[in-house]
Amino acid sequence: MPKPENFDKLTPDQKREARIDAWLNHEGLEFTDPAAEKGYRERAQLFADAFLMKKPKRVPVAIATGFCPFVYAGYSCKDAMYDVEKLGKAMKKFHVDFMPDTAASAGLYPPGKALEILDYKLYHWPGHGVPENTSYQCAEAEYMKPDEYRTYLNDPSDYFIRTYMPRVFGALEPWKELPPFTDLLELPFIPYGMLHFGLPHIQESLKKLMQVGEISLEWAGKVTEIDNGIITSLGLPKYQGGFSKAPYDVIADTMRGTRAIMLDTFRKRKEILECCERNIPFMTKMPYGAYTWGAPPTVFFPLHKGADSFMSPKDFKELYWPSFKAVMLNLIEDGFIPFLFVEGSYNQRLDIISDPDIPAGSTIWYFDQTDMQEVRKHLQGWACFAGNFPSSLFRAGTVDQVKDHVKKLIDDCAGDGGYILVNGAVLDEAIPENLHAYVNTAKEYGVY
Amino acid sequence: MSKELVDLVVDMREEEAVKLAEKLLEEGVDPLSLLDDCREALGVIGDRFAAGECFVPELILAGEMLRQIGALVKPKIESSGKGSQEKIGRIVFGTVEGDIHDIAKDIVVFMLDINGFDVMDLGVDVPAAKFVEAVKEFKPQVVGLSGFLTLAYDPMKNTVQALKDAGLRDSVKVMIGGGQMDDNVAAYAKADAYGKDAMAAVKLAKGWIGVN
Repeated sequence: MPKPENFDKLTPDQKREARIDAWLNHEGLEFTDPAAEKGYRERAQLFADAFLMKKPKRVPVAIATGFCPFVYAGYSCKDAMYDVEKLGKAMKKFHVDFMPDTAASAGLYPPGKALEILDYKLYHWPGHGVPENTSYQCAEAEYMKPDEYRTYLNDPSDYFIRTYMPRVFGALEPWKELPPFTDLLELPFIPYGMLHFGLPHIQESLKKLMQVGEISLEWAGKVTEIDNGIITSLGLPKYQGGFSKAPYDVIADTMRGTRAIMLDTFRKRKEILECCERNIPFMTKMPYGAYTWGAPPTVFFPLHKGADSFMSPKDFKELYWPSFKAVMLNLIEDGFIPFLFVEGSYNQRLDIISDPDIPAGSTIWYFDQTDMQEVRKHLQGWACFAGNFPSSLFRAGTVDQVKDHVKKLIDDCAGDGGYILVNGAVLDEAIPENLHAYVNTAKEYGVY
Repeated sequence: MSKELVDLVVDMREEEAVKLAEKLLEEGVDPLSLLDDCREALGVIGDRFAAGECFVPELILAGEMLRQIGALVKPKIESSGKGSQEKIGRIVFGTVEGDIHDIAKDIVVFMLDINGFDVMDLGVDVPAAKFVEAVKEFKPQVVGLSGFLTLAYDPMKNTVQALKDAGLRDSVKVMIGGGQMDDNVAAYAKADAYGKDAMAAVKLAKGWIGVN
């Protein structure tokens, strides 16, 4: 089902329907056999029904994978990021053996070699700053200084090219010497704007960038092969499409860091608000980069610094929510379904997020530790919700505890549709029997 | 005692609080009393935090005000030769091996310190052997294990086991906390308790050593 020619003239609901149809009809995918194709359609339909709060045949079940496919396959976490053959084998084995209703993407494990060449500082990854058997972890710092809000606001792209990137990528440090590209206005200015690219250390940074480009390109091709192989042979749809962030998190996670942004909420409140506003168009555009027609109609947002433990409800309402909501509404307008992963908890925000400006059936709220009874009270009939299975039970619980908890969540949340069972936090380690119990119980007990 | 200083700190009025502290010191107020004021303010903030009336940013800013006022007071205390606050107990604290998250740990260590504990902070990515060594040397009543990731479950378990193997397990109470920790993990790691936030950690530690 190709993109309708009159797509731009459709209403948001019609656009969403067209995007869902293209995904259900797996635009661009060739299956290995009819059974896989049938399985794909059935599973994707379970999710599509849940997204729109219709009653599916049963509760769809997903596994949010961290590094557990590699631990399970007997590989190290480092292997996932340095050996694309092992990456493929582990992902395939994990899906064949556990058969959740959806495929996780190999794209979550970027090539370590490329990050090394870049000398990327914002994260440590297996074998590079953290042990080989540990997942990648954020190493926050004040990559934007407290007095630079105004510079960022004046020209975010210029700030990224000449200030943020030189700090966060060691290989691009020389870029701090570049003149702004907005100087390239008239013929006589061109050589003065370009002569930096003749300097050996700047040329060196460009060579590194080309190497990183080549590695990334090759990796992306292989990742697509791995993902499509799983989808087309096992009939497991992906359910997460594009990617974006809440505008506040852009500043808090990436540029200022948790501690600094917390102090800024007292000291630089006006600047934070202006930056959030400034980030709306960037975060609206971001998901389009990864989206092709036929991909899942969802846009995944990992939500971080607005959680209960990070700010007051008042600050959430004033600082975090307005720009985040604006990005969501822009995407909903174009037929996307924001898929909102609430890490930590939102117990004190449920009345704020169930905002009547957001049309019913146009968002999915995926919770980690939020009280699901309250979630149901606030969200049922307005939005699909997901999650809350404690990842700790996969490693520290018994098979019976896992089964009981799955049943309890289904009892509490399934209602007449609109719930997806998934663990609340990405999973690095699990007892295989517990994972089997989780998937199988959901498939048996989750039938409507 | 300056009620005004206590109120400014409690109300998160950073600039005014620091300015008032400077002024009071210039006027010759006992520098130690300023620290008592800060502690009183932090007590109020801690209670409000436990009651869900204030949040982590307030704890961080309070810590920042205390740091600034402490820096003003320190030279005066050193010159007068006056000592510091009596400690109520000793705690060894760290983020377990393989995990580099420090924000939650730093907040808990800060609140324990404010509440009168002598805390040895071992930092992040701390191997079990280092906890054992610290317990031998520092002789704490309590060990705090922090971790954010699901991959921290086993290092927590291994750390408790290492304390047991070294014959030290009975001499300490062990609490765990952080991102993906919960009571299931506390049981799995054979820790004594899970604490959900900084004030829960203070409450657990005070309970174990028998002070209120």
